[in-house]
Amino acid sequence: MTSLASTSSQSLYDPRRHVRVDAERARDVSSTDFPGYWPDEDHSWNLEKFKERLRVKVTRKSNRSIEFDLVGVDASIANAFRRILIAEVPMVCIEHVYVFNNTTVMVDEVFAHRLGMVPLNVDPALMEMRDSSGQATDRNTLVFRLQAACTRNKSAPKDSTDPAQLYHNSEVLSSHLKWEPQGEQDSVFANCPPAPTNPDIVLMKLRPGQEVDMELHAVKGVGKDHAKFSPVATASYRILPLIVLNPAKPVPPHLAHKFQKCFSPGVIDVDPQTHAVSVNEQNMRKETMSREVLRHPEFEGCVELKRVRDYFLFNIESEGPYAPERLFPESIRVMREKIATIRKAAQALLSESLGTNGDVDMEG
Amino acid sequence: MNQSQQPGQNANPGSAAGGGFGQPRQEMEYICADCGAKNEIKSREPIRCRECGHRIMYKKRTKRMVQFEAR
Repeated sequence: MTSLASTSSQSLYDPRRHVRVDAERARDVSSTDFPGYWPDEDHSWNLEKFKERLRVKVTRKSNRSIEFDLVGVDASIANAFRRILIAEVPMVCIEHVYVFNNTTVMVDEVFAHRLGMVPLNVDPALMEMRDSSGQATDRNTLVFRLQAACTRNKSAPKDSTDPAQLYHNSEVLSSHLKWEPQGEQDSVFANCPPAPTNPDIVLMKLRPGQEVDMELHAVKGVGKDHAKFSPVATASYRILPLIVLNPAKPVPPHLAHKFQKCFSPGVIDVDPQTHAVSVNEQNMRKETMSREVLRHPEFEGCVELKRVRDYFLFNIESEGPYAPERLFPESIRVMREKIATIRKAAQALLSESLGTNGDVDMEG
Repeated sequence: MNQSQQPGQNANPGSAAGGGFGQPRQEMEYICADCGAKNEIKSREPIRCRECGHRIMYKKRTKRMVQFEAR
């Protein structure tokens, strides 16, 4: 958020970038930077202009999540990436469960469903998608074995009531899943043996005499097929809030603190001496846009609430094998694959129409 | 589907009882409905748990493989 003072199209305060937020409605929702909207202006798509405007900046990163700003793209593009993150970035999950024995209280179907949702640490790039024949090979299937039987612990303290002390294997944990390498998998997965990302997920509780014995086959899939294949816990964006104070009508000093309380904490600064009100540029993004300030007649005309239409604050939480910073590039890769497919189809259409007997005529 | 290629330990002790005449017949184990103890039941013997004397027995679950989709 530099160069705020400039009045160019890069400035946050360029009104063409603003969605106006009123007390009861939002105005100027649609973007206008397309050809034919502004007279005598060229808004045809231009790579150089796009490069100039596009900005990506990571604002926060942790082991499991990342927050970043994506500036200068249309909402349709930002939304496409969000949807691809949720539904089309591949992941490896348990898909087929072969039950040899299950004498526990949980029925096979329910337990199979639970197993499917355990996140595995397998990098999907190392595996292939199963083709339509459904044939399992060492390139597209991982085999896990789950064997657990509960027995009494003879050496447990007499007065103990804790199942973990009284019995061996009182719980089936995700760490009980044992990977069985097939074919060339031993060398392919040498650096990172397949296992659940978290070894302490309780899958089921056991009591003496109960036993499970299963074989589990994990395959690569995408979230639109089943949510277990979704690599993100959440992938969402907000649009940057913008608070514009009206210099012609400043907030009365005796109401400065009331004005401050109308916004999220830290968004409005009040000068301790003069009680003059100002917007904290760094914290402006924390505003929840409650529109509380618009309810008070004494603040009418003092402030405008807006959002910057092409300024997206992404928040992506990774679940599974992807490092959080890898997820967004991965969604771009999926998007590019889709575009490549469309391009191929369009070119096929074009070459067909150039032929003599094609019934598709794009020029017509 | 493909699971028939890896039958695992599908040499069923349970199915042998009905299967072979010549094979050494394996004893069927039953579970007492009351105390959960394993019992063998022989013909012409009263059905009675050796541990607690209960007269109801459950058959064990088959070791035959069942396939499920994890969905």
